[in-house]
Amino acid sequence: MSTSAEFIWDHIMLKVSGIHSYYGRAHILSEISLEVGRGEILALLGRNGAGKSTTMKSIIGLVPPAKGTIEFLGENIQGMPPFMIARKGLGYVPEDRRIFAALSILENLEVGRQPERQGAPYWTLERLFDLFPNLAELRDRPGGHISGGEQQMLTIARTLMGNPSAILLDEPSEGLAPVIVEKMIETIMTLKSEGLSVILSEQNLSFASYVADRATIIEKGQIRYEGTIDELQKNPDVRNAYLSV
Amino acid sequence: MGFYIVQFLTGLSSASALFLVASGLSIIFGVTRIVNFTHGSFYMLGAFIAYSLVGVLDGFFGFWISVILSAMAVGLIAVLMEMLILRRIYQAPELFQLVATFGPILIIQDLALDIWGPEDLFGASAPGMDGAITIMGTPMPEYDLALIALSAVVLGGLWLLFNKTRWGTLVRAATEDRDMISALGVNQKWLFTGVFFLGSFLAALGGAAQVPKGGASLIMDFEILAPIFVVVVIGGMGSIPGAFMAALLISELNVFGILVWPESTLVLMFLVMAVVLILRPWGLFGKPEAPGQHGQVGAPEQPYRPLSRKANTLFAAVLGLLLVLPVFASDFSLVLVMDMVVLSLFAASIHFLMGPGGMVSFGHAAYFGGGAYAVALITSHFELPMEVAFFMGPLGACALALLFGWFCVRRSGVYLAMLTLAFAQVAWSVVFQWGELTGGDDGIIGIWPSPWLGSKAAYYYFTLFFGVGGIMVLRRTLFTPFGYAMRACRDSALRSASIGIDVNRQQWLAFAFSGALAGLAGSLFVYSKGSIFPDEMSLARSFDGLIMVLLGGVKTLAGPVAGASAFTWLDDVISRLDYWRVILGSLIILIVLAFPQGIAGFFRERFGVWFGQETDT
Ligand SMILES: Nc1ncnc2c1ncn2[C@@H]1O[C@H](COP(=O)(O)OP(=O)(O)O)[C@@H](O)[C@H]1O
Ligand SMILES: [Mg+2]
Repeated sequence: MSTSAEFIWDHIMLKVSGIHSYYGRAHILSEISLEVGRGEILALLGRNGAGKSTTMKSIIGLVPPAKGTIEFLGENIQGMPPFMIARKGLGYVPEDRRIFAALSILENLEVGRQPERQGAPYWTLERLFDLFPNLAELRDRPGGHISGGEQQMLTIARTLMGNPSAILLDEPSEGLAPVIVEKMIETIMTLKSEGLSVILSEQNLSFASYVADRATIIEKGQIRYEGTIDELQKNPDVRNAYLSV
Repeated sequence: MGFYIVQFLTGLSSASALFLVASGLSIIFGVTRIVNFTHGSFYMLGAFIAYSLVGVLDGFFGFWISVILSAMAVGLIAVLMEMLILRRIYQAPELFQLVATFGPILIIQDLALDIWGPEDLFGASAPGMDGAITIMGTPMPEYDLALIALSAVVLGGLWLLFNKTRWGTLVRAATEDRDMISALGVNQKWLFTGVFFLGSFLAALGGAAQVPKGGASLIMDFEILAPIFVVVVIGGMGSIPGAFMAALLISELNVFGILVWPESTLVLMFLVMAVVLILRPWGLFGKPEAPGQHGQVGAPEQPYRPLSRKANTLFAAVLGLLLVLPVFASDFSLVLVMDMVVLSLFAASIHFLMGPGGMVSFGHAAYFGGGAYAVALITSHFELPMEVAFFMGPLGACALALLFGWFCVRRSGVYLAMLTLAFAQVAWSVVFQWGELTGGDDGIIGIWPSPWLGSKAAYYYFTLFFGVGGIMVLRRTLFTPFGYAMRACRDSALRSASIGIDVNRQQWLAFAFSGALAGLAGSLFVYSKGSIFPDEMSLARSFDGLIMVLLGGVKTLAGPVAGASAFTWLDDVISRLDYWRVILGSLIILIVLAFPQGIAGFFRERFGVWFGQETDT
């Protein structure tokens, strides 16, 4: 499922160059650079605490980087507030899901709704319910009263309501039962086939290897390795050094 | 039978204003997490503006259009305040936000005084609704029925707004997780502004609609705060049906309570709140807060350290200066310095509870004034000598704090703070209304120290001894096991409980201890002035104390002293000017915006390393 390293992406969607991020005085990220092309899936790998979530929060503007640039569709978005970045078509799916517990499934989706966007797949409620049939049955249930797997689907669907052209998926397979993980792989491949770019964070290679084209490994907030998934799979030393088993 | 129905409907109609104002406060808090003290001022402004407008437009429709226009005008004023002040401090610690909302209260008070004058205004009756209908032989004013209809319309309208519109859905989502809605492309800024408009509009609507019944007056702003806080605590913060039910409960108890026991209204409010807190600590419709969600004053604090040598030297120098002051200072400056010392002790007692204790008291004047009244009452009724009566201050205040604190520490964060305010208001009202015992508005006069303390200088040393001593006791306590346990409870109630600390009891005792020292300040105060008036127990006094602590900085132990001294001096200078409230209010706003770390915090940041009170990082 992966593509060779020589493949040249016709269009760079998101380009992160040398960002540094802090929580208060704690320096968490240094010189993080990433790039993802249209329809490409990039795995951002690293152990717990490596800085994956902070990287995503930096890109979406929740933890604005102190240094470096972030370009999305050729425009510098560094320093913009999260809502503006989201309105440019960059979706964010947080690892802790952050479902609005008191809102129904439909209302959760409504919060994510944004107008149709040129050059990005357009999601209607019907299309989303086709993709996540479970949610259709639960549409009036409060978000706090559905299972963890359903919540994970809901948080992705909620972000898709914004018709993004790229999404940041933070550890989507975490804590899911094997059947749901399979469903998640299918979902991500559907998104890819729609032309969406995805940055996917994971602690290990197993889930990422099914969907990702390339991988970047970070540890202690720094980039340690970049390459295709195939290359990474053939390199047990790197895997053992930086990833969870 | 007709009588009881009318009585019930009267309760329902007086619940109307309470519900409108409280639901506005609740909506604003839910989204912005700011307890907006200016809310009471918006209620008052709504009444004043409506008073003026109703005279311009006439007829039934003219009346209601005026009421709505007044509420919209106030909503726009509120939006101005939100955009100019609050937008800059949404990320600041809860307490700075609170104090920032004190500033506009003062400014609005002066403006209202200037525009509408000092007299209470009586509103004309509403055109077309000035009669009464008869229900089974008992007359019922038509306007009361209109107020009932108004709250029903607002209740229904809010339900539709929050459940059937996209804006309402976004507001409810923001109440749960404001960062997430931002990451989903929603501009929080305008959502907050919109919510602020709506909440303030409701406050002003409540004020405007009650003009035909109650008119407009300059004390409406503080008067409404305690009841709406009680409503919000009973109903559950953030719940509109909760606000409605609580407002109804209180109002009905009022109208029926009066029949049985005319002086009962305050006591009833107190009892209802007590019962609800015991049976349903989160309020009728409220949900438990996640532990640690509130009560934290900003980022985690650095551990306190004992004074370094240089800081000790500074302290000794200041003390030395204070000791020789009577040699060259005039009586007038001695009085000013005494005020500074007394208020420093008062501010230190608030700081003790708020900073290291993690419990914000909005009503500490109850213990300051309570202590002073304990002394004055004992002296005037039993003629005890000053040497005994003096200690009734801390003792009386401690007893009061034990009583109120028992309820308050059952909640944390803003709820605790609102409870302290509500109880303080009850205490104030009792003193104010129970004229036979307390002299009411006339206060108690002629409370002077014994002859050996008769001279200004002698009483100055006495004040210095107990004032500085009290502050040192507060400070020392932080480094005792009691102080460690108290800070542990602040930092994590769960973990403290798991190592065997009885959190409620610990906080209760800390509350009482702080109250006792506020009472000591009250004792010193009453003998220095020779008199005591209900004002010393009022909300304004409590707010002064909070402003002192925040001026000085919450995170430094020297903060309250610096803040109280600066405030006392400032107050002395500007209270003689016209428009001093506008000046003080603007200063508060400026200081909060410019130095969110307070005076002492500012110096500590600049010179702390030199004093060895701050590690170099
Ligand atoms: N809100 C926060 N405040 C301070 N430090 C944080 C915060 N969130 C994460 N960190 C720290 O930042 C580092 C990176 O965390 P994170 O980005 O969540 O890692 P990952 O997602 O790879 O597990 C960790 O050392 C973590 O302790
Ligand atoms: Mg993470």
